Amino acid sequence: MRMDLIQPFIGSLDAVLAEMMKVPAKIVDLTMEEEGYRRRGTAAAVSFKGQIEGRVILDMEPGAAAQVASFLAGSEVDPSATIVTETVCELANMVIGNAVTQLNDAGFHFKVLPPEVLTQEQCEKAGQDSEATILCFETPGGNVHLNIAMQYLQRRTGERTPLPVY
Amino acid sequence: MKQFEALTRKHDHQAVKYLIVDDSVFARKSLAKMVESFGGHVVGEAGDGCTAITEYARTRPDIVLMDITMPQMEGIEAVERIVQEHAEARVIMVSSVGYQDNILAALQKGARHFVQKPVKPDALYEIIRYVLNDDGVTASVGAAEESSR
Repeated sequence: MRMDLIQPFIGSLDAVLAEMMKVPAKIVDLTMEEEGYRRRGTAAAVSFKGQIEGRVILDMEPGAAAQVASFLAGSEVDPSATIVTETVCELANMVIGNAVTQLNDAGFHFKVLPPEVLTQEQCEKAGQDSEATILCFETPGGNVHLNIAMQYLQRRTGERTPLPVY
Repeated sequence: MKQFEALTRKHDHQAVKYLIVDDSVFARKSLAKMVESFGGHVVGEAGDGCTAITEYARTRPDIVLMDITMPQMEGIEAVERIVQEHAEARVIMVSSVGYQDNILAALQKGARHFVQKPVKPDALYEIIRYVLNDDGVTASVGAAEESSR
């Protein structure tokens, strides 16, 4: 997978976590997976269609998800509360939306679909369709995983080879 | 949350009325908290573009905060339809997807401004003040609390 397509997601997650949790996040692991993906906590996926197609899963360990939800709610939130799932969904929306913004402004044209909460079964299925890059970020509340699987379908505007003239 | 100098309507000094449109309940609550800290009053919420159109007609808000990526009908189409029926509508797009084409499309359909998520309260406050323009006026926080009683 092309690194220039992944880089905006790393920068975006880092920026959004810093803004929402007021804590730094650092990458502690990077792996490739071709088989089913095992969910680590609460996971939400955002799909996109266009010149780039695929999906990104934001998977937060319970402690990290509860920490963001508590920070945003302004009071302590139980890791099993519904608001935690809502928070992960909205966080996925922000992280992926911000990255997609950078990629679109760089000339890749594609559209994002609304985030969906993933069950373990859906996670496994999502991991079977294509090779994924999984980035693990460490935060004080627990780890946050970003599972990126995407396919680059067309060249950017301006990169296309002109047709030969006969 | 930080308390801002309250924004009230110039003609009757009442709290500014808001309609919040986002498919995420969490995002709606978070935006509601912010506008309340600006002295505003949330008159309606919607989780998709279709509901936003009917809620706009029902509540006639001063400001609409509208997400873009939503199920059923997206925010840009909803803005177009609201502005077609209510030319005076002041819609501010609030989305995590803020690439140039998207912003341009929203503005062409009648949106007044764009804010990218995660929303910073200070930035949203300034944008709302700008969009309200002649109809909005800043007053003291105490005065806004008086007017909302």
